[in-house]
Amino acid sequence: MCLGVPGKIKEIYTVEKTRMGKVDFDGVSLDVCLEAVSDAEIGDYVIVHAGFAISILSQDEAAETLKYLKEIDEINQQLLAED
Amino acid sequence: MNDIVIHHESEVIGKALTALSGILTRPWSIMEICGGQTHAFMQTGLSAMLPDEIELIHGPGCPVCVTSLELVDKAVAIAAKENVIFTSYGDMLRVPGSESNLFSVRARGGDVRVVYSPMEALQIAQKNPQKEVVFFGIGFETTAPSNAISVIKAKERNIQNYSMLVSHVRVPPAMHAILSADNNRVQGFLAAGHVCAVMGMEEYFPIAEKYQIPITVTGFEPFDLLRGILETVRMLEKGTVGVVNAYERAVSSQGNKQAQEIIEQAFTECDRQWRGIGMIPNSGWKLNADYAQYDAELKFEVGDIITRESEVCISGLILQGIKKPNQCPAFGTLCTPQNPLGATMVSSEGACAAYYRYGRN
Repeated sequence: MCLGVPGKIKEIYTVEKTRMGKVDFDGVSLDVCLEAVSDAEIGDYVIVHAGFAISILSQDEAAETLKYLKEIDEINQQLLAED
Repeated sequence: MNDIVIHHESEVIGKALTALSGILTRPWSIMEICGGQTHAFMQTGLSAMLPDEIELIHGPGCPVCVTSLELVDKAVAIAAKENVIFTSYGDMLRVPGSESNLFSVRARGGDVRVVYSPMEALQIAQKNPQKEVVFFGIGFETTAPSNAISVIKAKERNIQNYSMLVSHVRVPPAMHAILSADNNRVQGFLAAGHVCAVMGMEEYFPIAEKYQIPITVTGFEPFDLLRGILETVRMLEKGTVGVVNAYERAVSSQGNKQAQEIIEQAFTECDRQWRGIGMIPNSGWKLNADYAQYDAELKFEVGDIITRESEVCISGLILQGIKKPNQCPAFGTLCTPQNPLGATMVSSEGACAAYYRYGRN
């Protein structure tokens, strides 16, 4: 419930003046309210809590992991240098 | 998540653990406020891989656990009424009230339904105009936009037979309560990434400043969790104070303004009782005057509620980070997920349920 799940927007539609979307969660498609992510487009990943998208995930997810890896490498090298 | 991330994840974790061991010079106690992160630490085995110097103190960030006994009893009373369809997230059904729980109401013939979202509850109201449909609106800042939009849409669509039993809580006041307690042991915080995705980071700077502690905004994947620990330890070891964002892909410093506007449209701050902890000033949200007609507490008369907690259960001490689940005499014997004495054993975010499922006994 409080656990946010990332999913990919497959379709955007409006029902009773409410911006909604079909969002794919690893093959399971659910209707999600997109009222708080007006910039989100088809193909974007969003974090969904209780049927409501709270955040658009930036697409450079892999780049962030790589950046972090680089940071850790730097820490480890510093530690080696200190030894 | 794509292959590149998965490929690098094991590499990241190995290297991060090495880095963590390398920079540690003494023990540190770090609280992950979010129950979802407690589960993730245990489910992935990360908690067992952390160096012995790191103690994880499990926080109260489990909405099912902290929803007050009085509100659970009110939910049971409302759900048992004729002509009511009571809707809730699934976890709430087994939460023990003073005498009964929602699951028992359903077993006795009450119309209690599990929904995935409050918008689904609103649809049930639209399809059943002769019935009163009540949604149990629990949660932290993450579910607040979802719960708020349902009453906003109910008003727009002029739906009269929908209401919400609101038990909203907020993270920053709980952090104040934990840090100002005499027996506080928390030296650094992992802030809940998705709460910050909604609310941003600004509320956390005054907390870091006032209590002179590091706070790291942390995500939920294994490498996110480890990164949160590593960033917090780096600040602790250096003696720096502040708020660091270690979950940039989902969190901006301002948060999601549209989501915040939706919350502000329907809710207003209020004092809130936290189960096991007590009243925390300005720690909750309730429906504001514009949406009072959707407040189930005002709509339904339930009489006097006299609450009675289990005498054995120590979930209050667990929620405050004072005791661990396996220190409870009832853990795994009298109290199990099938027969829980306290809410912390029920929820997919409760610390006792995490210890039970992932074998920390």
